[in-house]
Amino acid sequence: MVKILIWILGLIPVFGAFTVVNRIHPYIFGLPLIVFWATAWLILTSVFLSITNYLIDRQEESK
Amino acid sequence: MNSAIFILIGTFLIAFYLGIRARKGQEMQLEEWAVGGRNFGPIIMFVLMAGEIFTTYVFLGGSGGAYRMGGPIIYIFNAFCYIVPFWILPPIWRYAKEHRVLTQSDFFSKKYDSKPLGLLVAIVGVVSMIPYIVLQLKGLKIIVSEASYGAISPNLAVCIGVIAVTIFVSLSGIHGSASTAILKDILLLVVILFLGIYLPYHYHGGIKPMFETLDAAKPEFLLMPKEGYSISWYISTCITIGLGQYMWPQCFGASLSSKDERTLRKNAAILPLYQIVLVFILFIGFTALLQIPNLQGANTDLALFKIAKATFDPWVVGVIGAAGILTALVPCSMLLLTSSTILSKNIYKALKPDTTDKQIGRLTRVFVPIVALVALFFTFYGGESIIALLIMAYSFVLQLFPPLLCSLWKRNPVNKAGASAGIIAGVITVAYVTITSATMGTFFPQAPQSIKDLDIGIAALIINIVIMFTVSTITHIVQKNPQIDKESNFKKTV
Repeated sequence: MVKILIWILGLIPVFGAFTVVNRIHPYIFGLPLIVFWATAWLILTSVFLSITNYLIDRQEESK
Repeated sequence: MNSAIFILIGTFLIAFYLGIRARKGQEMQLEEWAVGGRNFGPIIMFVLMAGEIFTTYVFLGGSGGAYRMGGPIIYIFNAFCYIVPFWILPPIWRYAKEHRVLTQSDFFSKKYDSKPLGLLVAIVGVVSMIPYIVLQLKGLKIIVSEASYGAISPNLAVCIGVIAVTIFVSLSGIHGSASTAILKDILLLVVILFLGIYLPYHYHGGIKPMFETLDAAKPEFLLMPKEGYSISWYISTCITIGLGQYMWPQCFGASLSSKDERTLRKNAAILPLYQIVLVFILFIGFTALLQIPNLQGANTDLALFKIAKATFDPWVVGVIGAAGILTALVPCSMLLLTSSTILSKNIYKALKPDTTDKQIGRLTRVFVPIVALVALFFTFYGGESIIALLIMAYSFVLQLFPPLLCSLWKRNPVNKAGASAGIIAGVITVAYVTITSATMGTFFPQAPQSIKDLDIGIAALIINIVIMFTVSTITHIVQKNPQIDKESNFKKTV
């Protein structure tokens, strides 16, 4: 169960990395949407990978 | 002007001192020299992993690319580059530690139990790394001549830089790279964040107004066009970069110096955040485009320095140049270290198997100045050919990805014959395509635009994979049924 969760969480960022929102409006935090989307996924990738990392650590400890 | 030169020389001396000082007291064994005895903690691993990615290519090319390409430049901070290492580095590290692997070539030759495959991987690696060193040195030339306002001869600066790196790599090995990498990252972070925030505010009153001015002046420039740098170009480029990044032998090698696999995973998870720095490089490039709109061709790579010189006092330009020098020298040191280790351990030893480990250790340090001289030669006399080689290099290393990934599976479906054939086919495709400057459109003129814009590295990768599996399957069947083998031998003799 945890193993499946690890795979899902660890691979969600791939989806983020390969989506492009090809629009300028609206601006979010001063960035055109296309730049904001790419930047947001940098943060989200870190979040997802950190959670995945935490789960992997816990799984290895329990072994 | 003098203040800029003073800062440049001062930073260079500090870096040199740090590089030398990192030397461990005693004569280092090769394992200590090349991968730090596999004992690097999180912070050093972080700057090493970041260090290989934030090279002069990003420093000059990132701002220049924003200037030239507009919106599609967002490819430089795609997070896929770190999702791949998050998954593949821990198993690689585990295997490497268990089998005392020092280089990428070792890894292939142990995993596939094939010395010739190791040699092939070593050659692909060295052929790719030398143009990459040359790229750093060419970048160094630009940085020094711009930041010193032409007062320091760029050729002389490159020679001095190469000598310094050669000395500290020979003496300190990866410890030297790690120490200078820390200084480099601090300086680079300060410089980029400062420029990326200050410049848009200074000229346009903010980041949003800067983008709005740009959008008004050049409508569509911030978007991905329907042709050329289109969405399919973007995705295929991100795939080739993401898969290829850790196939660079110096990136692969540096990750082996980690203390444990957790550190690698943790760093791969944090590094996307660090890539936000690159977003600020975009701001610099875009502001430069609005302020100094007439740079053409290769001069667009000067965008960062042109706008800095138009805005700041010489001492600030000096600090930027100092950060730039380090972004060239640190990757250079990693590249020198890795290529000389591969040359001695994987190429020389493959040709002369009776060489002892002690001799290999000594020989590796002898190769450092030799590789440095070769790179220096190409920097001065390489001309266009070296640029063609560099474009190929990115796609060359990418060809190592499929056999590497397969080797991580529990039951590897690929054998050494398949892996070798795939790599060779991929490399030949890349070379042919680059030399004839073909694109996907050349091969498929009738195909929809989205196919035509695909990165050509993808085509080579697909050919590689198909050949790899085909040859693996055929040789597997042949080995299982000696009958067929006899028949084919029979045919050959007939």
